[in-house]
Amino acid sequence: MDPLEAIKVTFFQECEEQLSELESGLLAMEQGETDSETVNAVFRAVHSIKGGAGAFSLEPLVRFAHVFETTLDDVRAGKLAPDNNVVKVMLRAADVLADHVRAARDGGVVEEARSQELASALEALNGEAPLAPIASEDFDDMPGLEFTPLTVSDDDGIGDDFGFTPLAAGIIELEPEGPALRRWTVHLRPKNALYAKANETGLLLRELKRLGDIQVSIDPADLPGLAELEPEHAYLSWTIVLTTDRSQSDIQEVFEFVDGDCDLTITADDVPSSLPAMGEASIDEPFDVMALIQQAQADVQAAPAAAIMAEILAPAAPAPVFAASAPSIPVPVAATAAAAGVAPDAAHGAAAQQATIRVDLDRVDRLIDLVGELVINQAMLAQRVTESGVPRSSNIAMGLDDLEHLTREIQDSVMAIRAQPVKSVFQRMPRLVREVAAMTGKQVRLVTEGEGTEVDKTVIERLTDPITHMIRNAIDHGLERPEVRVAAGKGPEGTVRLSAAHRSGRIVIEVSDDGKGIDRPRVRQIAIDKGLIEVDSNLSDEDVDNLIFMPGFSTASSVSDISGRGVGMDVVKRSIQGLGGRIAITSRPGQGSTFTLSLPLTLAVLDGMVVSVCDHTLVAPLTAIIESLQPKAQDVRAIGPDAYVIAIRDTYTPLIDVGAVLGYRTTPLDPTKGVALLVEGEGGARAALMVDAIQGQRQVVIKSLEANYRQVEGIAAATILGDGRVALILDVDNVVAARRREKARSDAKLAAAG
Amino acid sequence: MSKIVLTVDDSRTMRDMLMLALGDAGFTVVQAVDGVHGLEVLESMAMPDVIITDINMPRMDGFGFIEGVRKSERHRATPILVLTTESDSVKKERARSAGATGWIVKPFNPDKLIDAVRRVAA
Repeated sequence: MDPLEAIKVTFFQECEEQLSELESGLLAMEQGETDSETVNAVFRAVHSIKGGAGAFSLEPLVRFAHVFETTLDDVRAGKLAPDNNVVKVMLRAADVLADHVRAARDGGVVEEARSQELASALEALNGEAPLAPIASEDFDDMPGLEFTPLTVSDDDGIGDDFGFTPLAAGIIELEPEGPALRRWTVHLRPKNALYAKANETGLLLRELKRLGDIQVSIDPADLPGLAELEPEHAYLSWTIVLTTDRSQSDIQEVFEFVDGDCDLTITADDVPSSLPAMGEASIDEPFDVMALIQQAQADVQAAPAAAIMAEILAPAAPAPVFAASAPSIPVPVAATAAAAGVAPDAAHGAAAQQATIRVDLDRVDRLIDLVGELVINQAMLAQRVTESGVPRSSNIAMGLDDLEHLTREIQDSVMAIRAQPVKSVFQRMPRLVREVAAMTGKQVRLVTEGEGTEVDKTVIERLTDPITHMIRNAIDHGLERPEVRVAAGKGPEGTVRLSAAHRSGRIVIEVSDDGKGIDRPRVRQIAIDKGLIEVDSNLSDEDVDNLIFMPGFSTASSVSDISGRGVGMDVVKRSIQGLGGRIAITSRPGQGSTFTLSLPLTLAVLDGMVVSVCDHTLVAPLTAIIESLQPKAQDVRAIGPDAYVIAIRDTYTPLIDVGAVLGYRTTPLDPTKGVALLVEGEGGARAALMVDAIQGQRQVVIKSLEANYRQVEGIAAATILGDGRVALILDVDNVVAARRREKARSDAKLAAAG
Repeated sequence: MSKIVLTVDDSRTMRDMLMLALGDAGFTVVQAVDGVHGLEVLESMAMPDVIITDINMPRMDGFGFIEGVRKSERHRATPILVLTTESDSVKKERARSAGATGWIVKPFNPDKLIDAVRRVAA
């Protein structure tokens, strides 16, 4: 990649970080944290984005960031109090800034009206009449001729230099093809400050020499005797006669950095010089100041100055001279102490800075793949060793055990590399809440908890959509309008709570609201109207709540532009299930609803129960299995030609023959000859899966079946076992559902027949 | 031997841009991420020929950093260029009074940057 393009990629990555800093800073300010550290961090975020955007000439972004930055600068300077109103405008401006960043990145444009509206709102805060912000900056950057700072020396006050700028310009206009050489006399008297800022007269002479031919003379008249001489003070005056075809402003520019730190006059000789030979010397060759100084030394001992000059002007051999002059520099003891005082803090800071590195995701993925292979290979090796009859107590077997431990640890560590806090998803939500609240006219407060909870990156990436949808739903359908809330005895502002936590090896995410809860009679009626359930269905409250997950169900009476995006909770549920997760809802009328997502921490490995079905080896996810048991004949009841239920602790549970569902066999397995796995499917529905035998429990590396083959009903993925064979991983929910669908069909057939 | 430039900037983008421009021009670049880090890096690195620093940075800003460098016996004579976005004369003056040698206005093009470095580097 073009290095500049690579930097651009970095820039946009950094922008995302800055944007989230910006948002969290503004949110903190909204909570009243308006200390200078917070305000500065917010300012820096916008400033940084603007700086980078300028480097890449992203004009609309620069313009907007500039207006935003100006407002923040006022806040920083204490000129603008960051009250709630101001912060609210800035939060919205942050959203627009984010849009600008993404538009710049993805090649889109931000709606001009919206950008302009916020820019005007920001300017209104500044108390300034709106003006094209970029113009003011251009103005600053423009080296306007009338502003060319002709420095006039303090003592002689010669002011007649001013006339020469237009003259120089005139010459260029008149003779564009061959600019004339002119002779200039430059008087330079450095002040102490010039050297204190690490500027050097010698370097200025070198710059002048790049413009043309120079003749330099030193006036050492002000040099005191050695006794009074301050080694760091400036005593010399310089007169330079410069013959050049360049303009006065070019000469002036040489002294840009020392403006104010020296007395300077630049005068043009009216008579154009006879053209002297420009000399053979190359431009960067140091100007021979030494000769001049040696001349001056005839009168005065100016050793320190000479040494320093020599050091600057003769970079080829500076060391000995510098060494000679170094001891003459007084040692500032206090400064050393101060530097030492800073050091521990600095060390700490550096450690914190270096605690993270950026790694290309591809590399991590490759590492994970390789570790997956390692795990499989290790398992195969262990199996071969066992098969070869080596006793368990042998050194080889024990070494293999150690290897297994190590492999497991490597695997966990590698997985931890991919783990990321859910913060990246959570921090997108405040903006969503603001937008949906504005659209629905509801007052909403978003509370987030457990932002630091870590989960695999692929899981995080696929969490955004479901969470977005659930939060939209919570505001749109869950929360009431302010007046309704007040009438119901609640505060006008509704609360949406988004939390994440680790619970028994999974991540649990909850989205809850304190709204009106699910309107069960209405949900039931809609389900009946849409033919999703029978009129006389006997459903528990929980069953009714779960109806909203059914495909084709939507409670919004009008398709609003918020929730009505053509996706319902069924889509949310499917995407959560696609991640190996579960979703559940609890609701209390008048008090609100809670959606609970439970997801695996990683999609790369799975703790599984390895089972045999009709000579095939399958893996059932351990998380789905509640218990396993050997059915007794008296517990199994037939409820049709090929359907069974099993009594487990006085509860009848459907008994599903996995072999039959997957099409491995047509004659059902005798339940007493196999093993039943009691599993919990979606929404907590239980079923017992019949398999032939259990082989054991093992962590397996998940290989996508879809990516390598295609999606198969009842199968979630595949894995490679220790013996090198491929085993399919059961999609428990799907198997249970498949069985139900089949039953529904046969029921319908029976009903039709009856 | 190539000249050494220390760049101090909290923005990765800016550090990368400086690295690219200076590296292409044959400079050896050492990077620090803020003022505190910059002072610390200075203690351990070879004498830089030029220091380039941003102004707005967390923990210690450019002004504090410049003052810190000027107080250091070893680096008080090292040229320092400040990066300023705003060609804001107030900030520039503050940087100068802290001891900055010169400045570079962002956004810079590589030629301007290299020219400014060359102007102050011995």
